Amino acid sequence: METYTLIVLTLAATIRVATPLLLAALAGLFSERSGVVDLGLEGKMLGAAFAAAAVSAATGSAWAGLGAGIATAVLLALLLAFATVTHRGNQVVAAMAVNIMVAGLGPTLALAWFNIGGQTPQLDQPAQRFLAIVWPGSATAREVPFPGLLYAELLSGHNLLVYLAAALVPLSAWVLFRTRFGLRLRAVGENPLAVDTAGISVTGLRYQAVLISGVLCGVAGTYLSIAASAGFTRDMTAGKGYLALAALIFGKWRPYPTLGACLLFAFTDALASRLQGVALPLVGVIPVQFILALPYVLTVLLLAGFVGKAVAPRAIGVPYAKEN
Amino acid sequence: MSGQPGSATAPGRNFAAAPGGGRTPSVPALELRGIDKRFGAVHANRTISLSVARGSIHGLIGENGAGKSTLMNIVYGFHRADTGAILVHGAPVDIHSPQEAIAAGIGMVHQHFMLVENFTVLENVVLGVEGGPILARGLAQARGALQKLAQDYGLDVPLDTVVSELPVGLQQRVEILKALYRRAEILILDEPTAVLTPQEADQLFQMLRRLRDEGKSVVLVTHKLREIMAITDRVTVMRQGAVVGEVATAATAPRELAEKMVGRAVLLRVEKGLARPGEVLLGVRDLEVRDRLGVARVKGVSFDLRAGEIVGIAGVSGNGQSELLETLAGIRAPTRGAITLGGRDVVREGLGPHERRSLGLAHVPEDRLRLGVVPSFSAADNAILGYHDRAVYQRGLRLDQRAIQAECEKKMSGHDVRPAQPQLRIAAFSGGNQQKLVLAREIDVDPRVLLIGQPTRGVDIGAIEFIHQKLIALRDAGKALLIVSVELDEILGLADRILVMNAGEIVGEIARADATEEKLGLMMAGVKGEGHA
Repeated sequence: METYTLIVLTLAATIRVATPLLLAALAGLFSERSGVVDLGLEGKMLGAAFAAAAVSAATGSAWAGLGAGIATAVLLALLLAFATVTHRGNQVVAAMAVNIMVAGLGPTLALAWFNIGGQTPQLDQPAQRFLAIVWPGSATAREVPFPGLLYAELLSGHNLLVYLAAALVPLSAWVLFRTRFGLRLRAVGENPLAVDTAGISVTGLRYQAVLISGVLCGVAGTYLSIAASAGFTRDMTAGKGYLALAALIFGKWRPYPTLGACLLFAFTDALASRLQGVALPLVGVIPVQFILALPYVLTVLLLAGFVGKAVAPRAIGVPYAKEN
Repeated sequence: MSGQPGSATAPGRNFAAAPGGGRTPSVPALELRGIDKRFGAVHANRTISLSVARGSIHGLIGENGAGKSTLMNIVYGFHRADTGAILVHGAPVDIHSPQEAIAAGIGMVHQHFMLVENFTVLENVVLGVEGGPILARGLAQARGALQKLAQDYGLDVPLDTVVSELPVGLQQRVEILKALYRRAEILILDEPTAVLTPQEADQLFQMLRRLRDEGKSVVLVTHKLREIMAITDRVTVMRQGAVVGEVATAATAPRELAEKMVGRAVLLRVEKGLARPGEVLLGVRDLEVRDRLGVARVKGVSFDLRAGEIVGIAGVSGNGQSELLETLAGIRAPTRGAITLGGRDVVREGLGPHERRSLGLAHVPEDRLRLGVVPSFSAADNAILGYHDRAVYQRGLRLDQRAIQAECEKKMSGHDVRPAQPQLRIAAFSGGNQQKLVLAREIDVDPRVLLIGQPTRGVDIGAIEFIHQKLIALRDAGKALLIVSVELDEILGLADRILVMNAGEIVGEIARADATEEKLGLMMAGVKGEGHA
């Protein structure tokens, strides 16, 4: 294949890889802007992935799967909110507890219900999954490298959840910066005492934020198990929740820069898959382990070197208690 | 605010007409009847009754811990009274939350501002009363209303500036605007001048008088007698959770109020003789200190500190005094300059806090609970912190608890620390008693140079008197004392020589005899003073 086609295909893969990262990062955005550290992204996503695949396998409906994914992630989010907002527990510890619990619970339930080694059954009916939506004229447009191939690969040919994730970026930005809810949400992450004295419930706001995070994690998890693949497998989030959190920090808790960070991480991931077994000029074939480590090395480098000035919401991680 | 839509074009709310206008003036704006509140074993408010006349400024004075803040937090709905009633304009109101207080027309300016620092002024004002789910319209409305308020009360604030970029005086103005925008008729200010220069405080008082003349009622909570005398119409004195007196301000005098507050006769200013400065014990040359972000906090500071004198460093909080003090003590490293202690350049030799101590330097930190004591340790352990490696406290590999206990008992009786219980956690002591113990710890090792930050922050009047007398006795014994304080009264009362800091620089030096509050206030605001090259 010529280089141009390779690049376009890599970019298309970037979009697909970026989608769950973006959904999870936006989930984290709402939660963290309200002052609640969202290390539980990983667990909520994984739980949703399992529930979506299991329900879709049982009912034959991708939409039922999506509903189950969202419901599961929301329940986990509520559990976290109950521990950390209502009872002011440590947010990091509670989130890690959920992550570890879900990592074990998913495969265990899968084994009990489906009896095929901690996975859910392969989803082979089209109705069980969110499949690529091919825009009209894609097939003919493909014949024209520019701009036809861009249209066919980058705009067309993704599943519904990809488009949803893309639409959520401007929507999140609008909610956060142009609405009353957004103003209050940002305020409560900076100075909850100011919000309390203004006569607004800190607990109420943080619950709303955590719920939104749950819904978005639900979509992200659903994407992983019944859109990007055809079933749930053990540990299928593979650290994407933490990567999303890194993207959120790299994006300085703002929707558009966070989108940029997600795309960058996804691009290195897509590139890594492309580079496997390819002989590069000067260096030759790079061992696959090095290539697979690339996104993570980049994460460490970016977070260490380039976000020095990222200012977290001031009250993040601090449970709110009225002083006496 | 030029270039913003004027109040004529914005559909601002009409603030001129107070809700429920035609009230009889004889009904008090705010009345508290038998307010009683306990926190566990602490009886914070004892059946308090208080009445604030409409269109008046009412002072509430008392020492730290007298229950003023608790009372006001009850009025503002932060705490719930155990018993008692709150009446606003004669009608009983049930206040469970700030929201209900706001609805009743009560606004509060807290000592620590309730502002979101990275929001603009406008965003801060509308937070909680945005006027609809979409921001743009509410913001436009608020802009118009605020411009009108600014005109009516002389409360000019740049609406689109981020709050953290405003000086403290303006931030306070934002708090007042917040209350007025919520149509507050009763405005409570909790220690409002703590962060202001004297000039800024005067501006605030003018603003408050204007509010009073417009028919608003103001409650001023403070521990400063001067402010009560300067601006209030009536004053209520609280002591140990109870009201111990209420008088018309014109019919009383500072001494009388102070005695009511403390419950006994007090010296408002400690008597002291002339200083007899001797040799230079601490020399500072061209000292520069930068913070973690590389911002210069102390810029080219030079001065000498002599035996037998007290040098006071005045300035509004946050102008580099803390950094200077910490650098002298060895907690921070300077980026440039020299500090000479006992004939040695401690910067060049890289001597830390411990070595400086052995050269005769003692340090009473500004922030007692963060740097002065370990709050969860007992008084006895705190009394030897930093000196714990002295041979007298050792017993083999272990600390000699008996010796430590005895030492603490000695300090407690020598410095009137109450209660005299060495095993009690230091956090259980009052601020004044904590400070006396810290002072005792630093004095008892017989240092030659003492650095003392905020000697009486959070300390009651009785203990202030004691601490001031101790400090002057130390001076007369030939010690060199450097005192950093944001309380001008304290600087004026103690210092023989005053250095004023602004934005990290020493903007002037003035002898005590030549210093007045006005001169110091100007210098604190950055106007270069006399005697500065």
